[in-house]
Amino acid sequence: MIELDEIDRALLRALARDATQSASALGRRFGLSQPATWRRIRRLEEGGAISGRRLRLNAEALGFGVTVFLGIKLATRGRVSLEDFERAVSAIPEVQTVEHVLGLFDYRLRVVARDLPDFERVLRRRIMTLPGAGEVEANVLLSEERLPGPL
Amino acid sequence: MLDDLDRRILRYWQAEPSLSPGELAERCNITSGKAARRIARLQDQGIVQGSGVVIDWAALGYALEVSLRVTLDKTQANAFDIFMAAARQVPEVIELQTFLGRVDLRLSIIARDMGHYQQIYRSRILTLPHIAEIEALMHVARIKTQEGLPL
Repeated sequence: MIELDEIDRALLRALARDATQSASALGRRFGLSQPATWRRIRRLEEGGAISGRRLRLNAEALGFGVTVFLGIKLATRGRVSLEDFERAVSAIPEVQTVEHVLGLFDYRLRVVARDLPDFERVLRRRIMTLPGAGEVEANVLLSEERLPGPL
Repeated sequence: MLDDLDRRILRYWQAEPSLSPGELAERCNITSGKAARRIARLQDQGIVQGSGVVIDWAALGYALEVSLRVTLDKTQANAFDIFMAAARQVPEVIELQTFLGRVDLRLSIIARDMGHYQQIYRSRILTLPHIAEIEALMHVARIKTQEGLPL
């Protein structure tokens, strides 16, 4: 586990908003030299606090008007291997994220589609036919906010 | 509208968001001038909204992530707005989504351990206004996390 001080937290907050800011611009903002800022960012990356970058795309402008979260229960637990299910579900291009969860469902999927008929096609042809897929619950995403978290 | 080259640029870029415009030009086999113009246009049109680093909360000591699926008491006017404004004030809430479906909202919350989760749940979550029902899903593993669009 990596320990953070106040400046590390401020750097993480700033980079989560905009990862393209240079070390010198960030340094000026937080009263650090460019090399000192660069060293801190390297440490955050190497310590695993920063796991990568995400490009924020406007899905709607790209023709993907519908995002649906699916809760999936496996029907024949024990008979279908989790690995087979996970491999098959991860290979579907419209499936953006797959999370293994405990509770009401076994898996939680984020699925993107052009519109509702397109979503229905993905659901019927690709999701319902997955090995072991049982009960499915769908919730259509209306709005989404990512918050900075406890930094 | 977008042509094949725009899509090619976006495909490479979303797969590796830290690529520079020069590197993107190289992947797409075009001049860096042409890549720069296309990138600028994608940004001007609001298709590319920016990029941010992804924080690995587990590396910062937040070992647990829980999805709370919330149903609200909709007899109360403005229940959504009031609930959401209050939920934004809880630092451990990192995502806030609203849905059309069986559940109204979902909160993603992170915690250091079970004791910490219990404390947040009792003191900050159950006290949020207008909750009719809550279900929890505990994250076990992330199988697919790219969140790329199938361009």
